[in-house]
Amino acid sequence: MSAEAELVPQLPRPEPDPMSLTPETPATGTLDPAQDPALNPEVADPVLTVERLSLWYGEKQALYDVSMKIPRHRITAFIGPSGCGKSTLLRCFNRMNDLVDGVRTEGSIDFEGGNIFDPRLEVNGLRKKIGMVFQKSNPFPKSVYENIAYGLRIHGVRSKSDLDEAVERSLRGAALWDEVKDRLGESALGMSGGQQQRLCIARAIAVEPEVILLDEPCSALDPIATARIEELMQELKDRYTLVIVTHNMQQASRVSDLTAFMYLGRMIEYGRTERLFLNPMRKQTEDYITGRFG
Amino acid sequence: MKRISARKDLLGDHLVALAGGALALSLLLVIGLVVLLAVNGLASFWPRPIAELELADGRRAMGEIHVRETATVQRETTGPAETIERLQLKGGNRDLTGADFTWIDDREVRSVTYPADAVLLERREWGNFYGRLAALRVGDRELAAGSDATWRAFHELQPAKEREFAAIRALERGPIGTINRRIQALERQRRGAGVKGLAEAERVSAEQAIDAELAALRQQFETRAAELTALREAWSREVLVVEAADGTSKELPVGAVVRAVRPNELGLGGKLALYGSRLWEFVSGEPRESNTEGGIFPAIFGTVMMVFIMTVFVSPFGVLAAVYLREYARQGPLVRAVRIAVNNLAGVPSIVFGMFGLGFFVYLLGGSLDRLFFPEALPTPTFGTGGILWASLTLALLTVPVVIVAAEEGLAAVPRAAREGSMALGATRFETTWRVVVPAAAPGILTGLILAMARAAGEVAPLMIVGMVKLAPELPVDGLAPFVHLERKFMHLGFHIYDVGFQSPNVEATKPLVFATALLLVAVVMVMNLAAIAIRNRLRRRYATSAV
Ligand SMILES: Nc1ncnc2c1ncn2[C@@H]1O[C@H](COP(=O)(O)OP(=O)(O)O)[C@@H](O)[C@H]1O
Ligand SMILES: [Mg+2]
Repeated sequence: MSAEAELVPQLPRPEPDPMSLTPETPATGTLDPAQDPALNPEVADPVLTVERLSLWYGEKQALYDVSMKIPRHRITAFIGPSGCGKSTLLRCFNRMNDLVDGVRTEGSIDFEGGNIFDPRLEVNGLRKKIGMVFQKSNPFPKSVYENIAYGLRIHGVRSKSDLDEAVERSLRGAALWDEVKDRLGESALGMSGGQQQRLCIARAIAVEPEVILLDEPCSALDPIATARIEELMQELKDRYTLVIVTHNMQQASRVSDLTAFMYLGRMIEYGRTERLFLNPMRKQTEDYITGRFG
Repeated sequence: MKRISARKDLLGDHLVALAGGALALSLLLVIGLVVLLAVNGLASFWPRPIAELELADGRRAMGEIHVRETATVQRETTGPAETIERLQLKGGNRDLTGADFTWIDDREVRSVTYPADAVLLERREWGNFYGRLAALRVGDRELAAGSDATWRAFHELQPAKEREFAAIRALERGPIGTINRRIQALERQRRGAGVKGLAEAERVSAEQAIDAELAALRQQFETRAAELTALREAWSREVLVVEAADGTSKELPVGAVVRAVRPNELGLGGKLALYGSRLWEFVSGEPRESNTEGGIFPAIFGTVMMVFIMTVFVSPFGVLAAVYLREYARQGPLVRAVRIAVNNLAGVPSIVFGMFGLGFFVYLLGGSLDRLFFPEALPTPTFGTGGILWASLTLALLTVPVVIVAAEEGLAAVPRAAREGSMALGATRFETTWRVVVPAAAPGILTGLILAMARAAGEVAPLMIVGMVKLAPELPVDGLAPFVHLERKFMHLGFHIYDVGFQSPNVEATKPLVFATALLLVAVVMVMNLAAIAIRNRLRRRYATSAV
């Protein structure tokens, strides 16, 4: 654990990056991507390993040859302009794209020693291990309690005491317990937007996943609610691997350990967050983070 | 700029006024309808005074004055038309005079009085009697004589007679009914399946066993029948001697009188009590005199039960069909065609569904059931004839499109995000559909059911050929095993209105009943709808979903 923490340091620690000393990095494509330092941060203990992933929505290609390693118990952020394929990539990890008609993929994503796209893989089990939080909070039209208990019930938890315990643990884990403990029986839809989003996080951690995918979880929230979620993410990363999509660069720089910049379905640059923001290796990355486009 | 916006607003204002006016008009019509029904229906239960008229030719008449009007009549076919004042008298005494109502020319009336001892007898047969009490007798012995003494004696006696009548009814329907049914079943057994396929010796012994049991039952029946005769005799022992206004006198058993009233000496309290008791009898009692008098409870019961059974069938069917169409079927031209067909089904005239119900449910399904399970009763059909089950199924078929359409809309309104949230937790398609989507769509589905129930409660035409009758001897639910008799015929408020209002020999007398029954039908539909709406609102509150 500690060796790994060395490799991927926490954000607030400013530290000169050896790679930033080589500003003359060649442009994309001229290097073998597997060797390209702009795409290959050191990841000692990857949870998810994406290899040469391409994806088509019918005729339209949305991802081009993406490869990356997602480190365990870290926060990885995907940034990039709208429509560049961040959500598409994220939804590959729990195969939510299966729900869209006419999706085709090439390449592989390794998770726990197997390929996620393996047709023999039991997708419901995969989704239990790789949870997801959506852009727009989507609690079920049920009570707060039932929202959390739902995932547990479908995975076979029956006993009332187990459920009670898990509900409390999850709500505490999502820093929501003190706010809702007296209204567990009330409709989840009566809560504020920020509470709803934290409830969705609680719902995701209730089934004890390995990875939590967050697709722009704060884009509909006010700054205070956003801050609370960001705080929560820092607490969660001790136990879970987090992958977050955001098009808010400040958020990416605040919360994430690694950042991937995508553009037009391609992975342009992937590296430690402060390195990427302070010393981008690619011209496109620099243009994007300095606000010249996007 | 200003002028343009002003013009726009003017148009808008007119449209608002028009829309508001249309709404107001609709409301007014609905309120008017209910008020009309209420006034015409409920007013008739209010006690009216009994007038005694002395006519120019010396005759006397007694009754309630219902209408006073100016009319143009022609006395002879060739004679001149003249305008007269006339009044309509409800004189009752159908057994003596042949008609309940008579029109009397005002000029022939010499005097009108309201004698305190004028009495109205509501009878089990022949309708109302207006006149005076003369005496009360048992055999040749006189218990009371004179108007007042008889009045008192009658009231002392009446509660006991009422109890005896109830006992007679209970005996007829309870033990005697059971014995009868058992005898019929054994006779069928002896004739048919029960002894078929047995060896000769066994057959004989089985037949002997049945015969023995039959004999015992017949014995029991005799005892009960004797009991019944004795009860009937006791019940009709006391005889009331009454006298009509024209002096005719008549004797009738005390037990035949449901209620005796002296309306002319009733105060407001007494009138209110009488009104309440009449209203209660109407709602809770059984019809008398081929539905023209008494209550309509069996019709209320039949209507509610039929709608209830229909709901039990239509809800799962409609919801399952809608779930399939919306959640599982691949959206395409075929599904669109099915959807259009379902919508069109809702527009098929209801009598067509009635025909289908008769052909399919009654003849085909019912006939097969009879051959399979009740062969010994044939040729008397059990299920192979109209009954409440077939009527309910016919209505379920009629209303299933309504439920499908509403449920589909409810399902479509459940956001995609809710489904994705469930799938992302590792739920299967099935779990997502049944645990998240359908509960979220429940208010919309209930809206569909409410519409279906309202439609079903008002349908009459298709039911006339699949089991609805003008007078059903028994309710579909009673104390005899198996307690719920789905094969029985049933009464229905809608048909009752038609039957009482337009098929009875005494249309004038039953007009108020028609209005009151219609009011009750509206009330029953409203109560059922309100109940469903209350459930829906509870669901909505619990899930705080948007209105669907
Ligand atoms: N269900 C879909 N069907 C077809 N095309 C899609 C679908 N979802 C996304 N796309 C396309 O794929 C590209 C990437 O989309 P997305 O991953 O949602 O971008 P981002 O999340 O980065 O904004 C876009 O061009 C988008 O139009
Ligand atoms: Mg997106």
